[in-house]
Amino acid sequence: MRLWRQSFVRHKFATPFLTAALVLTFVVLSCSQPASALPAFARKYGLRCSACHESWPMLNYFGQKFKDNGYQLMNDRDAPIWQNPSYWPVTFRILPIWHRVSTGKVAVDTASGGTTEQRITSSGFDISGLDFHTGGTLEKNFSFYVLPSSDNTASFHFETVMARLDNLFGSPWMNIKLGKFELDNLLSEKRILTLTGNGGIYQLYHFIPQGDNNIFGQMGDNQLGLELMGHSANDRTRYSAALLSSSDGQPGLIYGANSYSGFFAASQAFDVGKLGVDRIGAYAMVGLAPTTWITSGGPNSPIGGSGIGNKSYHREGFVGQFYFGQHFDLQVVTQHGWDNAWFGQGFGDFVDNPKSTCNGGTQPCNNTPGTTLPPGSQAPTWNGVLIEPHYVYSPQLIFIGRYETIRMSRQATPGTPSNLGNISTYTIGYRYNPFMTSRAGFAWHNEYNWLHQDGTSPSGNNINTSELLLGFDFDF
Amino acid sequence: MRRSFLKRSLLVGAVAALPLASWAQLTPYDFESRMGMESHIGKITGHAKDAKADYRRYCVSCHGELGDGNGESFPWVDPKPRDFQLGVFKCRSTPTGTLPLDEDLFDTIARGLDRSNMPQWSTFTKQERADLVAWIKHFSPRWVNEKPGTPIQIPPEPEVTAERIKAGRDVFARVQCWKCHGVEGKANGPSAATLTDDLGRPIAAFNFTEGARPKCGSTDRDLYKIFMTGLDGTPMPSFADNIKPDEAWDLVFYLKALEPQNSKEKALAKQLGLKPVDPNAPPPAAPQ
Repeated sequence: MRLWRQSFVRHKFATPFLTAALVLTFVVLSCSQPASALPAFARKYGLRCSACHESWPMLNYFGQKFKDNGYQLMNDRDAPIWQNPSYWPVTFRILPIWHRVSTGKVAVDTASGGTTEQRITSSGFDISGLDFHTGGTLEKNFSFYVLPSSDNTASFHFETVMARLDNLFGSPWMNIKLGKFELDNLLSEKRILTLTGNGGIYQLYHFIPQGDNNIFGQMGDNQLGLELMGHSANDRTRYSAALLSSSDGQPGLIYGANSYSGFFAASQAFDVGKLGVDRIGAYAMVGLAPTTWITSGGPNSPIGGSGIGNKSYHREGFVGQFYFGQHFDLQVVTQHGWDNAWFGQGFGDFVDNPKSTCNGGTQPCNNTPGTTLPPGSQAPTWNGVLIEPHYVYSPQLIFIGRYETIRMSRQATPGTPSNLGNISTYTIGYRYNPFMTSRAGFAWHNEYNWLHQDGTSPSGNNINTSELLLGFDFDF
Repeated sequence: MRRSFLKRSLLVGAVAALPLASWAQLTPYDFESRMGMESHIGKITGHAKDAKADYRRYCVSCHGELGDGNGESFPWVDPKPRDFQLGVFKCRSTPTGTLPLDEDLFDTIARGLDRSNMPQWSTFTKQERADLVAWIKHFSPRWVNEKPGTPIQIPPEPEVTAERIKAGRDVFARVQCWKCHGVEGKANGPSAATLTDDLGRPIAAFNFTEGARPKCGSTDRDLYKIFMTGLDGTPMPSFADNIKPDEAWDLVFYLKALEPQNSKEKALAKQLGLKPVDPNAPPPAAPQ
């Protein structure tokens, strides 16, 4: 009887639900319009967003070429003098969402006054931060990009501020940009297709070993610096070399007194016939960041901008963009990372963590004269890979998957569990654009992310985190 | 029982309507009979059906779903996008009035059209470009009923000399290029303001002194082709019947001398003290 009742209830609600879903699908399909242009640049050129983006904001090959040309089509109509005087290259982007976030092994107080670990799950409606994209040409071969961006409480910062000079000496091999800009990652985190807290970034681009306190190494963040980049006329061959302040993109010279890093990338694309244009490349980030700070008012009061005692770090890897016809592609990034042993032992970002302690809690994490590392300290190293397949049903509908894994190959302190801090994460989702016009874009976005980290809970347990997100991603 | 029947009917109806909804929005025009169109670029064979997705992704906003140049950006771009249904193309290596070679369209896609909204689509693979050529052809019945013209013969480029540049100026005067392009090549001739294309839209003559790239290519051979084949659909006629091949090279050298870039032609013209043509002087006679 009970089984029958359950079956009846299921049937009773299933049929109208299925019917409604199909009718809704029918209505959505009937109302669909052709995908069209991304606002800021599309208004200028009349091209659909699909011309430059595999799915907005991820660039396709043509979009990469447009960007490499300094936001120019190179058709002698790029200068603003050819635009309607009222043209103002601005796009804003924001997302109202519903999401469910579940985090395991969170330290919580117990009634007896102790602590324990438990899973915290919450769900509800929410909003993202707001991005104001403004960019384009000031004159032929002079371009800019300014992106004020807020968090979801409308606290703003500058995500991008840069000016760019292109085709110096008449050569596409000589272009420079100055300011705060996205690094020349072929698979750029600033153009990521996923939006959840952990799935909305590339973990590989931000990985820092447990206990490591290196300020820098954040390949995913926009950085302050000067970049020289060049490319062949058809963008098949490209290179870039950037000199960056080791400040992780933070303005105000708040970290090292004289700390710089370099980011280098090069890639070559190949015509593989019906499959498309595939590209392989390599990158390296090599730099210095401070470990020693001048203090004022006590050992836990570092002075911003006074960081010296630079120690080194590097990240390097390969990138592949493989296309298998018009519908399927695979993006692959590998990374090997190395941080100096001082970073591995917690020295480095003393400005942001002035109360942190090192050497077993015996002293502030400030590499002042006479400070030594614990015996046996060694440079932490790790390896990671990121695989992101896309199925592009049409420019209006894309299915996204991603798997990332990062494995420590050497811990800073001997005896540390070899897997401490290892990360595995996967993300699946899709974006459907029922319409886009040359004035606006709109996507129904649905995504799920799961992240696993080894041994990083307060009691050394593994942490599993998941997030489900549904929302409207729109720009105008 | 009746409600159950209604629900089932609605369900079946909704399922049946799905393909209809997709059909209604995807193919409002029937080019299916020409979907088998091919192009041949060297050893590559392009297939129209394989370019559908690329056309929709990259081209449709200007050229339109129907290839009639009436995409959503039509009102905002100038010059207006090409109407592929007419089968008329500016950049050809074939005589005026004839269809271009597949290679002509293939090259145009990669080169783009300077001073228009047509970018350089050099990012396609050769196969993709060949497929797009076939797709472009499938819009016009001309490709079913006609063959492309026989490409014009371009003799080897002779050595540039001062005499040839001077002779080129005489050709420029004789065939009255200056009426549109101006006596100094500044696109300010007496007819310049009245020029319209075949669809009656205003069109500008090419200004040789700006340093811009001609739409159909900037090599000497491209220039030669432009005035020997004409730019169909525009007021630029073919001069194949008025200019002999050797004279055509003279004209190429003279036009190069008008350009702002430093060149051997420009240096020779300066050395020669060459003056612009006199619009009031009687046109030089054609050589016998």
